[in-house]
Amino acid sequence: MKKADRKRRVPLLELAHARSGDKGDTANVGLIALKPEYYPILVKHVTAARVARHFKGMISGPVERYELPNLHALNFLLHGALDGGGTISLKTDAQGKVFSTALLRLELELPK
Amino acid sequence: MKPRPATVRIAAGQGFWGDWLEAPYRQVTGGPVDYLMMDYLAEVTMSILQKQKSRDPSLGYAKDFIPLMERILPIVAQRRIKITANAGGVNPRGCAQAVAEIARRLRLKGKLRIGVVTGDDLLGRLDGLLARGHELRNLDTDRRLSDVRDRVVSANAYLGAWPVVEALGRGADVVVTGRVTDTGLTLAPMIHAFGWRPDAWDLLAAGTVAGHTIECGAQCSGGNCLVDWERIPDLAHVGYPIVDAAPDGTFEITKHPGTGGRISVAGVKEQLVYEMGNPAEYITPDCIADFTTIRLEQKGKDRVRVSGVKGRPATDKLKVSIGYFYGYKAVGTLVYAWPDAYKKAQAADRILRQRLADLGLKFESVLTEFVGADATHGPLARANAPLDHLPEVQLRIGVRSPDRAAVERFTREIAPLILNGPPSVTGFAGGRPKPEEIVAYWPALLDKGMVEPCVEVVDV
Repeated sequence: MKKADRKRRVPLLELAHARSGDKGDTANVGLIALKPEYYPILVKHVTAARVARHFKGMISGPVERYELPNLHALNFLLHGALDGGGTISLKTDAQGKVFSTALLRLELELPK
Repeated sequence: MKPRPATVRIAAGQGFWGDWLEAPYRQVTGGPVDYLMMDYLAEVTMSILQKQKSRDPSLGYAKDFIPLMERILPIVAQRRIKITANAGGVNPRGCAQAVAEIARRLRLKGKLRIGVVTGDDLLGRLDGLLARGHELRNLDTDRRLSDVRDRVVSANAYLGAWPVVEALGRGADVVVTGRVTDTGLTLAPMIHAFGWRPDAWDLLAAGTVAGHTIECGAQCSGGNCLVDWERIPDLAHVGYPIVDAAPDGTFEITKHPGTGGRISVAGVKEQLVYEMGNPAEYITPDCIADFTTIRLEQKGKDRVRVSGVKGRPATDKLKVSIGYFYGYKAVGTLVYAWPDAYKKAQAADRILRQRLADLGLKFESVLTEFVGADATHGPLARANAPLDHLPEVQLRIGVRSPDRAAVERFTREIAPLILNGPPSVTGFAGGRPKPEEIVAYWPALLDKGMVEPCVEVVDV
């Protein structure tokens, strides 16, 4: 059996829900496991580096990740995400409200 | 000594300035509550209010707070419901006076006390603070405030719960404040009701978490809720959240019976992570709350219990929110129809940019989005969108510049494209876009000792 066959692609949308907001030029995305047993998968696979790759070209700064095991949630800070943020920004999503669902477009490669 | 209540019920009535006007009325009539909490202030609201005050010194507060008070004051006076609201903006005294006038007209003279919290407004003190070595450096960029001092239009320190507690302690029924934190408006009634001490960090953190949970109104009771969104019932009559708080720092989030929306663990989680930074350090003037200690439990239908919250001592700084004039911006839009909607919008964008270049106009930024293709999710969406078959695409192009004339000239370059650009274009009924002044946000820290909150309580 080839190695690739032992993996399946799972959209993050099937594992988590999310809400995002802004602080200055930073968008935050809170990513919440839909079931407690999904939380370790999020911790393992949805790393700050993976999220930074996902948003390549959309944000100009680094990505930070914090863990909230009590809520089965991760919090991501996406720096330089809002074209200056707040009133300066020319973006439709000047307050980062829908970075949440943009993160849920991520597909994870999980073992079968 | 007055006996302490077993629990206190705090209802959220407004999550921001412009929120649903029916919500506060329904909160005070839909069932028993002890307090109505209303949050009006966002980061940029203060500068808008400062601008209004500079044109008319009697303004500078959330104007629609006054007709709202006219509607609900007779009810809250009769039911002895107390109100905490930061509707005062940059003119809390003016706001309180307007409320007092309404109350007298409603024959509530002698039946109502109004508390006013001021001392947050630093605009007139900035030069003195800078001269004494308080640099008010930008928390994000580390620049000194002196770089933009001549363009500052508003400066407000975030006050915490304690001045509101003082006003309640002196018998205020309605407490009108300037820039008091969103969370402080909910924490204050708990401190007042339960006699919590200033160093009871776990309790103060619990009240802060309660405040964060309901400060955005219906955003924790089913509004803007992603999880299971299609099955959240009756958002048309959504019930705004109510905190049922106990003296030991535990509390339940609920809403009035018979209202729409939903209070679930998953929905409360969404609100808890909203605008979150480091969850272990949620810093307010009152304490540092640790959101990684929160325990949630579904106690019944539309009832979530919150417990376990831990806190740490407050810092010796206050956050200061400064607004300064930045420049101008304008955004224009046109809608292109099938066939080739996306390609036509792209062509129009190229033509427009060429014309702006030919005119020699300089902008700090020009941003194009194709609404229907990539405006919200950028390249992540474009990669999967059927770009050749979209029924329509809105071209949305924005410019930003310190030069008002350049922005103004840009606004005149949109409409000509209707007849001299790509075909099948519509959706321009709104007319030419208007250049808009930009007031930018400058967050800073200031030693707590430099800010002296002032509390006044007057009889109507």
